[in-house]
Amino acid sequence: MTRQNKSTMEMVQRGLARRHRREKIFRFLGMAAVTTSILFLLLLFGSIIANGWSAFRQAELSLEVSFDQELLDVDNLRDANYALLIKRSLREFFPQVEKRRDLRHLYKLVSSGAAFELQAMVMADPSLIGTRRLVTLPADDEVDMLLKGYIPRDVPESERRVSDQQIRWIDELVAASRLKLGWNTTFFTAGDSREPELSGIRGAVAGSLFTLLVTLLLSFPIGVAAAVYLEEFAPSNRWTDCIEVNINNLAAVPSIVFGLLGLAVFLNVLGMPRSAPLVGGLVLTLMTLPTIIIASRASLKSVPPSIREAALGIGASRMETISHHVLPLAMPGMLTGTIIGMAQALGETAPLLMIGMVAFIVDVPGGLTDPATVLPVQIYLWADSPERAFVERTSAAIMVLLTFLIMMNGTAVFLRKKFEQRW
Amino acid sequence: MSLNPLLVATLILVSSAFWLGKKKALAVAGQAGSPRLHSRPGYYGMIVALWCAIPSLLIFAAWQSCADTILTNLVMGSISAAGEALDPAQLRLRVSDLHNLVSGKVFSTDIDPLMQKAAQRYQAMERLSTMAMGVTILAAAIISGALVYTRIRPAMRARNQVEKIVELGLILCSTIAVVTTLGIVLSVLFEALRFFQQVPLTDFLFGTRWSPQIALRADQAGSSGSFGAIPVLAGTLMISAIAMSVAVPIGLMAAIYLSEYAGRRTRAMVKPLMEILAGVPTVVYGFFAALIVAPLLRKAGVSLGLSVSSESALAAGLVMGVMIIPFVSSLSDDVINAVPQSLREGSYGLGATKSETITSVILPAALPGIVGSILLAASRAIGETMIVVMAAGLSANLTANPLQAVTTVTVQIVTLLVGDQEFDSPKTLAAFALGLLLFVITLCLNVVALYVVRKYREEYE
Repeated sequence: MTRQNKSTMEMVQRGLARRHRREKIFRFLGMAAVTTSILFLLLLFGSIIANGWSAFRQAELSLEVSFDQELLDVDNLRDANYALLIKRSLREFFPQVEKRRDLRHLYKLVSSGAAFELQAMVMADPSLIGTRRLVTLPADDEVDMLLKGYIPRDVPESERRVSDQQIRWIDELVAASRLKLGWNTTFFTAGDSREPELSGIRGAVAGSLFTLLVTLLLSFPIGVAAAVYLEEFAPSNRWTDCIEVNINNLAAVPSIVFGLLGLAVFLNVLGMPRSAPLVGGLVLTLMTLPTIIIASRASLKSVPPSIREAALGIGASRMETISHHVLPLAMPGMLTGTIIGMAQALGETAPLLMIGMVAFIVDVPGGLTDPATVLPVQIYLWADSPERAFVERTSAAIMVLLTFLIMMNGTAVFLRKKFEQRW
Repeated sequence: MSLNPLLVATLILVSSAFWLGKKKALAVAGQAGSPRLHSRPGYYGMIVALWCAIPSLLIFAAWQSCADTILTNLVMGSISAAGEALDPAQLRLRVSDLHNLVSGKVFSTDIDPLMQKAAQRYQAMERLSTMAMGVTILAAAIISGALVYTRIRPAMRARNQVEKIVELGLILCSTIAVVTTLGIVLSVLFEALRFFQQVPLTDFLFGTRWSPQIALRADQAGSSGSFGAIPVLAGTLMISAIAMSVAVPIGLMAAIYLSEYAGRRTRAMVKPLMEILAGVPTVVYGFFAALIVAPLLRKAGVSLGLSVSSESALAAGLVMGVMIIPFVSSLSDDVINAVPQSLREGSYGLGATKSETITSVILPAALPGIVGSILLAASRAIGETMIVVMAAGLSANLTANPLQAVTTVTVQIVTLLVGDQEFDSPKTLAAFALGLLLFVITLCLNVVALYVVRKYREEYE
């Protein structure tokens, strides 16, 4: 007996080192998994910020423009030749450039939208006519890329989009401090554009806001009502089970399928307008409802039955019990769920592609039925554009989107922490 | 539009109905010798207001849904009567012309005078219809509100009636989930059936060539377009498999570490970080895959002497795997935490180390739940759209090489449906057939997963 015991102990002892080693390896693997996922997160955020931060600054040219009376007809300011004003002032700065071809290259340093900016300036303030002043105009996106160092100067001329001559001019302008990087306001005030230096996210942000507004106005009341019915009133029968299975399943249906539903039902059968935030909001409502219903039910469940019994005991009806006592107590949880659902909706792209919110839309939408796009779709569109300058704009738009999302999720966490109640 | 004045008028009407009802209830109760009110006075106001609002809402919905069709038919009837009989396709064209004219979307100068007149007539009738609708709605609201108003007595069970109506509203809201599912199934099924009338079901399910182009001329090479879903499905499966082989080991090990090894503080810090990974929009992952991961893989491939496509399945799969890690880990975390503590203590008592306890006691006990969470994650991988749209290819290659470009079901749906569509070409309808396929696959995965998870939960509760 003692011999046997001893041999068992020996066996255990012998295996112990091996087992402890395995334990260490296993633990290490777990730690490695956690660190890998956090490293991925850092890599994702790091690369986006590294690519995108420079988009918040943009190359601006300060040119001395003389608003000639002969060119600017006071009665027809809209059609005056503003591009010529810019060309003249560039020629003034570089009097040695004379050949037509060279001049054409010189003019390319200024953005094609600069003329429109001058037009807007003069039309807003006709007293400018006849004066001469320093005007800040957007430079072309290639100039911008060169200043930011994305276009290498040391490769052969044929391999870059800026010629040696243009680089010399740019250096001259920089030396005269006429060309420098300034805060990029266009990015926040303009709609989409084919020219990177003229494009901005304002249209997409407005579209996202309208879409989210529709989503919030529909999904919050409907979600809360559905949760209240299922949690407080519904008898447990086949029908209730069916609803429950449906909700759980809808939460896991691929979002693009909701887009197909929107296309087939809202656009084709009901004839709603394409690309409208209204339809986008409807589709996203259907998509976020399950999230909100599930969160609201959990929140209702956490209100202790004693509250309900006390209210019923002093003569309140069931509806009064719920609307006066249970709902206010469950509201923080419901709001948290709603905010998380809204964050999901804000980041969603695929279903909106189906209902035509991918169109190239320059104007900032002013209403629920105007054609619009949303921030994630704008990111998708820019990511497809070939210009190098759109890469940084895409990253910057992603930074804006992530900021919104982090703010929303932060609010949700804050609400949860602040109103968390343990009964 | 006179829509907004109508809304304002209705709102004023409803709120005044509330005050009138409440006042009358108080007045009735205040009379000498009258019995006490059955409900609190507010409920009497509420019932009058509800009876004002509900008929107007119903009439509004009904009017909106059929006014346009009736008007179009009337106007088109007048056109056809003047001219020849049109075949349905031409008629449809005329109708859309008419709508464009009415909404002022036509900029060409040579407009058919007949159509011009029809459009003017349509506009006039539309104005008339809107006016009529406003009058009807207000009249209905006033009449039905007044009817209820005159019936206010102390004995009227106002509270019960209001609560009944509210409960009906709640029921209506809760059925929306079912209606949505039905809507998805019906809309996708309907279009898919039209597709299968043109392309046989067996060709779709078992065909090995996917090239949904429809030629302009009938005699062109490959004019029929071929709709074999196998290569598309194979691509989907390959990318999902790559994603799962990244996400399952990492997610599962992370869940195990966090629930069994990590201290409270590490847990409190790491879990939200992992949740951020789940909250990042998929379009961001797509951009990341296309901009960073794919070129990186290509460079690595070149240095190893492999040719890696710039839209390789590997890049999309890897990034999708990263996206899915938090789903696997948070679901498995819940499942592992639900394993009763007594099982762990029993195992420790027998002298097992922590890792032995985990691999031979906790994981087997949690296995059904973990399988459920993996299935849910797989369903998400199959249905994921933006990453593959941005980082995977368009051409449907039937290949087993993850370094080549493959396409997926979701990519095909997006490419077929973005832009202008005609809803009678098999090309557009094919997207709905693919959508049906996607819905059925994910539905099966979800149902099985949800069943397994629920069953498992019941076992330990």
